[in-house]
Amino acid sequence: MTQIATQQLIDSAYIVAVVFFILAIKWLSSPVSARRGVLVGEIAAALAVGATLANPELSQYKWIIICLIIGAGIGIPLGMVHMTAVPQRTALSHAFGALSASMIGIAEYYVGVPNVTRFGMGEIGLEVIIGSLTFTGSLIAAGKLQEILPQRPIVYKGQNLVSLSVLGAAIVLAIALIVNPANSVLFPIMVIVSLLFGILLVTPIGGADMPTVISLLNSYAGFSAALLGFVLNSKVLVVAGALDGSSGFILSVIMCKAMNRSFTNVMFGAFGQVQTSTKAAEEARTVRSASAEEAAGILGAASKVAIVPGYGMAVAQAQHKVRELYDALTKRGVDVRFGIHPVAGRMPGHMNVLLAEADIPYDRLIEMDDMNSDLPQTDVALIIGANDVTNPAARSDQSSPIYGMPILDVDKARTVMVIKRSMNPGFAGIDNPLYYFDKTLMLFGDAKSFVADIVRELGGNSH
Amino acid sequence: MPQDFLSNLYVFILAGFVGFEIIKRVSPLLHTPLMSLTNALDAIVVVAAIIIAGRHETRLSTILGLIAIAASFSNMVGGFFITDRMLRMFKTGKQPKKS
Repeated sequence: MTQIATQQLIDSAYIVAVVFFILAIKWLSSPVSARRGVLVGEIAAALAVGATLANPELSQYKWIIICLIIGAGIGIPLGMVHMTAVPQRTALSHAFGALSASMIGIAEYYVGVPNVTRFGMGEIGLEVIIGSLTFTGSLIAAGKLQEILPQRPIVYKGQNLVSLSVLGAAIVLAIALIVNPANSVLFPIMVIVSLLFGILLVTPIGGADMPTVISLLNSYAGFSAALLGFVLNSKVLVVAGALDGSSGFILSVIMCKAMNRSFTNVMFGAFGQVQTSTKAAEEARTVRSASAEEAAGILGAASKVAIVPGYGMAVAQAQHKVRELYDALTKRGVDVRFGIHPVAGRMPGHMNVLLAEADIPYDRLIEMDDMNSDLPQTDVALIIGANDVTNPAARSDQSSPIYGMPILDVDKARTVMVIKRSMNPGFAGIDNPLYYFDKTLMLFGDAKSFVADIVRELGGNSH
Repeated sequence: MPQDFLSNLYVFILAGFVGFEIIKRVSPLLHTPLMSLTNALDAIVVVAAIIIAGRHETRLSTILGLIAIAASFSNMVGGFFITDRMLRMFKTGKQPKKS
């Protein structure tokens, strides 16, 4: 076969791959067809990789094969992590994707220099800046999620000024390179400055804002791949990058809306400021607490129960106990549903995969808006490890830092039960007036053992 | 080069629109698998890495290409693997439970 014919065959394989990519995402619209989506995605990837390996320009496959094996050796264990560790795995995979895109962009520059055109330099510069900052930013995010790094926001005075100056420096260096692409001394400096900016971008962001940050990094990783497609004139990369980039972008917007943050706020990453509670002097308010026995009595007598899980459930690894509670109550004829806030947990959809892992049927996992229309007819709302997403101050108290954030209206249920370690305010440090309502019962203790106690009281099997 | 740029921009804009339309329809239930799946698809960068590494133009470009192969292929393998694992967990109430 002639070289041109082979090239056309490879390009045809890429076109098929692109169509399959789109189908793969399309079939994710429902859990019924979703696995078929993964299968076509895998076929597409295998086709594209296979076709590429047939490229006549390649020589010496030994190291390529070795690196593919290394990649598989890293990827498979990372694909086997527990559902609680999915956010950090995702952050790490954004880091790998961005690393890969930057490495290729850097290689492309050094292969081309001194014959890189100004236009080409502009593409490479943008691609490498975004790829590098996404790489370090995602590593920091993964470190925070894995709790290697502190989850609390790390802030200092003049932070935004410092961060923006570093970004500015990277852009100035890129412009200098566009003016003279052959000035290869500047290139590594631009890479280092961009890597530094990624660190500065994510370090100030707290754990509760991680769903937005992960989505944003996802979007950056996708767009850096798309830009790489521009650099290499590869349409398959442009399409895959555009799909990934727009997916991350849409998720960022959804997360933003769910936290009532503005779009500009997200684009510039200027979020995650520590907000101090405006109401510290209200210690005289009393709370009602209840034992597991009392809680079991109320739950067992209810006909409709809504469970609202949050990150605390993931931390306590309580999802399997929650499943036992679900079983025990369902057996008694109680209608149990789960209200899922879009930003509950540490990444978009985090609560859904945790509960699905615990074998809770997905038709019991209800989106916020649907749940809210049902909560006034609900007997008991049981909150496990969630705080801000249930805070009625978001609706009523204009001075609250979370005012305007859409919440699950658990206070409309007849009885509210909150499993919580202590009265310490939640992650964002915002006081929750819900806890002082007359209809609220506080269940103090560890989520996992408290739920287990309730299950035992209900006569279920708690082993 | 600008000629290529325009045709790439063309593809990028169309793919962006298609992406927007189909991703909007993905159930919030599956947002985590969506992220891991798009991540695996994005790992198609591996094809560019293979070409860079396989051309052996300079020692540096070969090494960078090889690092990129390992990094992106780990995403491809791990991304598909974990997405399928997650999707298998989503069951309706009617189906009998495995395990």
